[in-house]
Amino acid sequence: MIETFARIMLTVSDWAIPIMAGSIVLIAALRKVKIYEVFIEGAKEGFQVGVRIIPYLVAILCAIAFFRASGAMDLLSSLLKPITNLVGMPPEALPMAIVRPMSGSGALGIMSEIIKTHGPDSFLGRVASVMMGSTETTFYVLAVYFGSVGISKIRHALWAGLLADVAGLLSAVWICRWMFGG
Amino acid sequence: MNYIWGILLLGGVIMAAFTGKMAESTQALLQAAKSAVELAIGLIGIMAFWLGLMRLAEEAGLVRFLTRLLRPLLRPLFPQIPDGDPALGHIVANVAANLLGLGNSATALGLKAMTELQRLNPLKNVASNAMVTFLAINTAGLTLVPATIIAVRSSAGSARPAEIIGAVFLATCVSTTVAVIAVKILEKLPAFRVPSQVTESAGGVVPDPDKPEGGSHD
Repeated sequence: MIETFARIMLTVSDWAIPIMAGSIVLIAALRKVKIYEVFIEGAKEGFQVGVRIIPYLVAILCAIAFFRASGAMDLLSSLLKPITNLVGMPPEALPMAIVRPMSGSGALGIMSEIIKTHGPDSFLGRVASVMMGSTETTFYVLAVYFGSVGISKIRHALWAGLLADVAGLLSAVWICRWMFGG
Repeated sequence: MNYIWGILLLGGVIMAAFTGKMAESTQALLQAAKSAVELAIGLIGIMAFWLGLMRLAEEAGLVRFLTRLLRPLLRPLFPQIPDGDPALGHIVANVAANLLGLGNSATALGLKAMTELQRLNPLKNVASNAMVTFLAINTAGLTLVPATIIAVRSSAGSARPAEIIGAVFLATCVSTTVAVIAVKILEKLPAFRVPSQVTESAGGVVPDPDKPEGGSHD
């Protein structure tokens, strides 16, 4: 049942962009909007936004890459081990939990690694998959989104984002235990 | 942001000195700088496409339609945004794209939503409540179709690569709920209050010296 649902949802994803683009253009044309000129007018902003986020992206991605490569992230993960053991997170999945909010590609790498060594249908493979999907790359999103409009005082955004990450990652583990056993 | 960045870099330097991974760490740092620019450049095309399309959607009245349709859901989440403002429509577009796992397209739509929120923001270098709420929902990562994960699982030979869809959706529902509650509580704390009242009574000038790029885009 879930596989059928999944196939339908993936098809919806494939169709989403063409259908959105098609219906926007069609409705705009029916409303007598000058579709080509207006599209170009909007698209012109794309370059500025892309260039504006570069310094913010460089700053955050460099710092995180350095932090990871230096071994500081491993230290952080061994410091957090007692706590995560307490809440029932498998020790193999801990690096995933630490990396997920910081680096999307790093987390994807860890997930692929776990899936390769333990198998995609093992408990660990499922936990890693669900953890990957359970939250977003908070640091990246905050740096890029706030950077794009030039905001430097982010107030409680990081705390709210990290709380959501913790909630997502923990519920990933618990939901897997409940759904798949283990 | 200052603290986090400092901790990440200084912590990295100290750890690299201890573990003797100085060379690899430097390599990783420079590689990241390069890929950051590649990422941004790669985003430009997608940004341009979506910004063009969203401008069309605005002119055709579709953004306003979307805003009005989801008004009951959005009002309590974003009480500071004026009723019927197009910013709400752009927020909805971003959340929808995230639900469908559209990756960079979602980012493009999200950055557009930030521009709209910045237009309404009185203090151009300080995040508004609406922005923090929007980003909290965004970073919670509400997802219905985790396409990349399914692809990785399927290529690893999973018998049921998509069986995690329900679990991912549930987990992101939990994280989104926590995000919204956290924002609503945290925004009331004195430590996170917007400094607007203080600065306005002191000088009457909006402190916006070095951020001229602001939100007004025409």
